[in-house]
Amino acid sequence: MPLSYDKPLTMKKEIVMESIRNFTDPSVIKEELVKLYPPKVAKKRGKAIVVNDPEEIPQVQANVRTVPGIISQRGCSYAGCKGVVLGPTRDIVNITHGPIGCSFYSWLTRRNQTRPESPEHENYMPYCFSTDMQEDHVVFGGEKKLKQAIQEAYDLFHPKAIAIFSTCPVGLIGDDVHAVAREMREKLGDCNVFGFSCEGYRGVSQSAGHHIANNGVFKHMVGRDDTVKDGKYKLNLLGEYNIGGDAFEIERLLDKCGITLVASFSGNSTVGAIENSHMADLNVIMCHRSINYMGDMMETKFGIPWMKVNFVGAESSAKSLRKIAEYFEDDELKARVEEVIAGEMPQVNAVIEEIRPRTEGKTAMLFVGGSRAHHYQDLFTELGMTTLAAGYEFAHRDDYEGRHVLPTIKIDADNKNIEELKVERDPEKYTERKSEAEIEAMKANGLEMNGYEGMMKQMEKKTFVVDDISHYESEKLIEHFKPDIFCAGIKEKYVVQKMGVPLKQLHSYDYGGPYTGFIGAVNFYRDIDRMVNNPVWKKIKAPWQTAPADGELEAEYVSQ
Amino acid sequence: MKTAKTATQNACKLCNPLGACLAFRGIEECVPFLHGSQGCATYIRRYLISHFKEPVDIASSNFNEDTAVFGGSHNLKLGLKNVTQQYRPKVIGLATTCLSETIGDDVDMILKEYVRLFDEGEPLPNGKPLPIMIHASTPSYQGSHIDGFHAALRATVEKLAENGAKKNLLNLFPNMVSPADMRYLKEVLKDFSVPYVLLPDYSETLDGGPWAEYHRIPRGGTPVNAIRETGMAAGSIEFASTLAADKSPAHHLEENFGVPRYTMAMPIGIQQSDAFFGLLEKLSETPLPEKYGDERRRLVDAYADGHKYIFGKTAIVYGEEDLVIAMTAFLAEIGITPVLCASGGKSGQLRKRLLELVPDIEEKGGKIRDGVDFVDIEDEAKALNPDLLIGNSKGYTLSRKNNIPFIRIGFPIHDRFGGQRLHHLGYRGTQELFDRIVNTVIEQRQSSSPVGYTYM
Repeated sequence: MPLSYDKPLTMKKEIVMESIRNFTDPSVIKEELVKLYPPKVAKKRGKAIVVNDPEEIPQVQANVRTVPGIISQRGCSYAGCKGVVLGPTRDIVNITHGPIGCSFYSWLTRRNQTRPESPEHENYMPYCFSTDMQEDHVVFGGEKKLKQAIQEAYDLFHPKAIAIFSTCPVGLIGDDVHAVAREMREKLGDCNVFGFSCEGYRGVSQSAGHHIANNGVFKHMVGRDDTVKDGKYKLNLLGEYNIGGDAFEIERLLDKCGITLVASFSGNSTVGAIENSHMADLNVIMCHRSINYMGDMMETKFGIPWMKVNFVGAESSAKSLRKIAEYFEDDELKARVEEVIAGEMPQVNAVIEEIRPRTEGKTAMLFVGGSRAHHYQDLFTELGMTTLAAGYEFAHRDDYEGRHVLPTIKIDADNKNIEELKVERDPEKYTERKSEAEIEAMKANGLEMNGYEGMMKQMEKKTFVVDDISHYESEKLIEHFKPDIFCAGIKEKYVVQKMGVPLKQLHSYDYGGPYTGFIGAVNFYRDIDRMVNNPVWKKIKAPWQTAPADGELEAEYVSQ
Repeated sequence: MKTAKTATQNACKLCNPLGACLAFRGIEECVPFLHGSQGCATYIRRYLISHFKEPVDIASSNFNEDTAVFGGSHNLKLGLKNVTQQYRPKVIGLATTCLSETIGDDVDMILKEYVRLFDEGEPLPNGKPLPIMIHASTPSYQGSHIDGFHAALRATVEKLAENGAKKNLLNLFPNMVSPADMRYLKEVLKDFSVPYVLLPDYSETLDGGPWAEYHRIPRGGTPVNAIRETGMAAGSIEFASTLAADKSPAHHLEENFGVPRYTMAMPIGIQQSDAFFGLLEKLSETPLPEKYGDERRRLVDAYADGHKYIFGKTAIVYGEEDLVIAMTAFLAEIGITPVLCASGGKSGQLRKRLLELVPDIEEKGGKIRDGVDFVDIEDEAKALNPDLLIGNSKGYTLSRKNNIPFIRIGFPIHDRFGGQRLHHLGYRGTQELFDRIVNTVIEQRQSSSPVGYTYM
């Protein structure tokens, strides 16, 4: 059921064109962005700053190391592995092996929510465990202390699983966390202990940690429990980390449609669910960047196809539910999905009718994540707002340009250092869910099976795409485009707001959310309305209102 | 709940380089720079930013696997050059991490080589003089954030302080306090008409206004030239109870330039504030300005008015050791019994210094524990059943679980607005703390009362 607002939710072409026409020719702006750099850097950055054309998508430089001394918003491998992928599973005890900082900074609180079955059920997420490595461990090795820490955690909680995460010094002093894990797994007997070599210096960004985490979860957890659970339509939700309760809203919708969620990777998840996940018949992927490895590996080993979905945005949620129903090829499910959508949309319509007159024609920029900068454009479209520029912090080219570029991505020292698991069809546990012919037929019918088109296909012509944007570049873009809202994270928030532009955090949601599904869409509309129409911004004079356009900026930049 | 004795569960301390970055943020036109993985800079930025709600740029030498094996010299030099080109800083505050310390990078030597490049004719970045590079050794496997804070300041005066004819000038090393505390200290010194150097001073850099023009580096901070003059000052006051002499910037100035060092606890509570203001009167030969006499009188009056609500209550206080000592003395002064004084830090001085200020604390049943984590504190809390929990945001979980009213002080404050504007020091800061404590007790009584009194 389409939204009932008198203008369709998909944006009117005239509005978009007007938003974009008002600005200088983007190629001129791009030239200006890089002309102030020394030639070598200008060349390097120029490859990461492109003017979009959805018909002929240009190549974007991505997943390339940040130059030392350039302040990037990127995190490290440890953050991606422990913080993002493993952190949200509530019944694993996560032990950080290293000095105290890394464990403290990745102490989960608000970012990932979880709902234990009862107050008595296990939930270790409020805890933060560290071996708190001291100087003598650096000198004499920390394995002994790590073993003691594992034993203590076991004695205290008797958890189903204990995961160990290596921080920078661990690899250098030669502690073998995998050997320790093996030894303790055998010793404890009923506790699955496994380690991750996710030292912060590995790889380009947190993305390396995602891959390391995918490998470890696949090797040590997936496929251990063959119990056949009830349910006609069984799927796993991959790459949904339940920030602000996003997974709860998706769970609500799946439940309403009669779809069984076997496991989520990894928001609101448990060890048991992940161990049983190979019994599902479909993997749906939210965050392509952080979890696509899992989709591919499970397909090869167990025969479960995967499908990219997006539950951010009301229309996108409806579309995603329909895609799932298409996959299961079941009329009863299709009817049920339509019924659910029809039941959900009136509340969405009521809010959008109230808010859209205040947001229509406004503009946004999104520089966040490895998938979020794409997903959230749908919500802005629903608000009648144009995305003028977008980019990711830690994505790869396939997230921008689509998976068809995968074979052409250059292998460099950084991605070579991350293990590619050799995965083969499991002789016993592989079951073909759909034949190759069936998958091809679905693709022909427009279902994006085992594929992802990327962000740029959806963005308008002449909009900007910038990977790993620097402070300087974002200031310059803001100065030119004067967007009504900028979406990024806490590290950018207060710089952007100093310039009089509201910044919406899309990592932590400014402690709001959920923003998925229909309830989430309504939350987001209201939050954006509150931000872009807030009177406080009138009190702040932006630098371009007081300084001559090109006056103060001295932007000589990097040299290598 | 049993407690792990080997592992740390829910740490009550942060890491060494964080403190160094915070201190460097308080030097004018200084960019903090971490020699290590980019994740360290990112995590520490996130933590500082979410407390101060201000931009915090921290550069990094972005180690990769090769750097980790072959050394960080190339990355460090490249990083320094790029930071200089982009930010044109006067100072780069360089702090090491566990990674660069583990591989044993000789940072001083790398810096010498870097400077030599330009001496030998390499064009200077931006054609400007090289920034001053201050190097603090802050491996995260030693100590905690407070050690990094002091290490950065010690390295700063070691690098910059100069000898010269003594001046009418007072150095003040305020310890890790809030921007609001720093603004107050500057107001006090101004009112005493004492020329001063406050180091660090992040009262503006970490609590400033909107930018009417672009700034690469936020305005404010202690100017380099002022730091040079610390060697010529008539005295240094440091609010540091547990800081070892060989780590103290004031001690360096005393040893090398004969600047007398006055070490005292942080001025929280009347007794400690009296000591601070008394010392200022003596050093400046100026009587206490009336304004502060008034503040003191109002505070005494408030103590009298509020004592009935809080007398005999018990409290757990935790945080950096120096903060815990000063807060404990204040609590004892207003009739609250500190039943546990706890810190994740471990200078070895906590008990000794605390007993100097509150000699009967242990007789009254107060426990003093260093090197603890939040699970240790929670275990104690279950046995002690205190009326109040006082410390940073990380205690919230235990406050909620055990239903203990919670008063937030210090760093980090992530679950309330305005952590950077919490005022702790002097008569006025004490007044704010006192009001908050009394109101917390009143609120607790009011909301747990079946009647719902509107007069309390």
